[in-house]
Amino acid sequence: MASVTLENLSKQFATGTFAVRGLQLQIADGEFLCLVGPSGCGKSTVLNLIAGLEQPTSGTVRIGGADVTDLDPRARDVAMVFQSYALYPHLDVRGNLAFPLKVARVERAQLQRRVEQTAALLGIEGLLDRKPSELSGGQRQRVALGRALVRRPAAYLFDEPLSNLDANLRTQMRGELKKLHETMGGTFIYVTHDQAEAMTLSDRVALMNAGQLEQLGTARELYHQPVSLFAARFFGAPTLNVCPPAVLGLPADASAVVGLRPEHLELSDHGPLQGRVYLVEPMGAEAWVTVELGQHRLVARCDGSVALKVGATAALRFDPAHLRWFDAATGKARG
Amino acid sequence: MKRLGLLLAMTAALTFCVGPFLWQVLTSLRPETEQTRLALPTRPTLQAYAEVFEGRAFAQVMLNSFAVASLTTLLCLAIGALAAFALARLPVPGRGALLAAALGASMFPPIATVGPLFLLIRALGLRDQLAGLVLPYATFALPLTLWVLTAHFRQLPPDLYRAARIDGCTPFAAFWRVLLPLAAPGLVTTGLLVFIFSWNEFLYALTFTSSPEHRTVPVAIALFASEHAEPWAQIAAASVIVTLPLVILTLAFQRRLVSGLTAGAVKG
Repeated sequence: MASVTLENLSKQFATGTFAVRGLQLQIADGEFLCLVGPSGCGKSTVLNLIAGLEQPTSGTVRIGGADVTDLDPRARDVAMVFQSYALYPHLDVRGNLAFPLKVARVERAQLQRRVEQTAALLGIEGLLDRKPSELSGGQRQRVALGRALVRRPAAYLFDEPLSNLDANLRTQMRGELKKLHETMGGTFIYVTHDQAEAMTLSDRVALMNAGQLEQLGTARELYHQPVSLFAARFFGAPTLNVCPPAVLGLPADASAVVGLRPEHLELSDHGPLQGRVYLVEPMGAEAWVTVELGQHRLVARCDGSVALKVGATAALRFDPAHLRWFDAATGKARG
Repeated sequence: MKRLGLLLAMTAALTFCVGPFLWQVLTSLRPETEQTRLALPTRPTLQAYAEVFEGRAFAQVMLNSFAVASLTTLLCLAIGALAAFALARLPVPGRGALLAAALGASMFPPIATVGPLFLLIRALGLRDQLAGLVLPYATFALPLTLWVLTAHFRQLPPDLYRAARIDGCTPFAAFWRVLLPLAAPGLVTTGLLVFIFSWNEFLYALTFTSSPEHRTVPVAIALFASEHAEPWAQIAAASVIVTLPLVILTLAFQRRLVSGLTAGAVKG
């Protein structure tokens, strides 16, 4: 286990575009950090830079305090779990788990012991003699995880490891991964575009936008105190409602927009703010109701028992304390 | 009706491919007196097969061909696999130009290069030696090897190489432990093609060797004919004999050959 520090890290491609620009990030020893952002924001590149699969244009990568910027991947002692699993198809599960240890010339008895321990930890003892092609998606995911765990590296890198699993399995593996981090410890750096994974798994979340760090903090901080419209809209389902203040009956201000979380927008029978129901999406325990207010559509998260029909008139209520104000031009949060 | 058409087409294709070989077999079985007949031999005989080995070092010639073809294949695969891996996975500047140049080099007609190559081979002291064939054969087969294998390495998921690197492999170890085993079908396909090319090559073999004990099969067969006689039955028999190893090799690797030829056509 070790800390990972990125100092002023930049990666510019031959085309001139920056995949990562001036990234400053300290990941503490034993921390679970999620790197999130939309596709193409540079989060996977950051992982490659930490692993040594790509070389930064400028800046420094430190693992456990030591500058590893110019070191080969194998000298960095990091393990990586890939979205595609990247299991070696010609080796059985045992061979896959043992691979990093064999390369490192770990002696036989110890190698066997560690492979078996890891397999037991992940519940894949019964699969040791199977080839990857004979495994289900979830089983492959476990083997990929095992191949990283068996090494006990300085840091674990995860590149959207759960994206290829179906929804149920994804939720289950997410829980197991969190448990694993709690019991095993270790520095986990986890790239995802899934906000649910980022919020549930991590100690801290680093939100990236166009190669730069948009906001760094706990999931709670990012959700409740977003520094920008971008951050505010990235988290939360349904997405944050954004509109000019006048739409919500507030004093008109062309230089600002307001944001309101759907759970803070209430539907009632009567009130000054009236709209027309545009769409009702029952989700079981709750329902998402989209209401048209002039040209704007706002989503309210209601109780699942709500009985509204499309086209009906609905009144909207909210507590002004829940409003978030953003600069209309820059998108930065105000006050 | 449709099936009849298919059947006819298949028969035609099969006749086109196998017909000449069957004719060769028939010719080899005809006694001397029936050589000019079109009908099936009335008294088939294996005499020609025995005569192939009488009074000449045909076994030695076959061994020569086998040695030359095997060595060429090994050399091509060893160099080709390493180069293809580098072109497919490592940051090689100008890889497109390199591949194009390799292809260009293989486009020269052998007749245009045989003269200069002869001088080169003589200067190297390799004339009338098997190594003097292996070198030019490998040179001409390498571009093909390079292209086929590069395509094979490219089609392996890039994450596998990255995973191997992170798991502690040097680039060469990642090649050796992960990519090479996975490229086995490609190696087999390419190897067979190179082997067949070397086994059948005539022009260089004729030019660069002079003594009977250093000849290869195609040259030896061509020299069966003398001023006064064309021993058709023997030529046919020898052709059948030297074709058999190729048929056996191909059948033995058939499964891998097919997967090698089609791999990369669809993502799977």
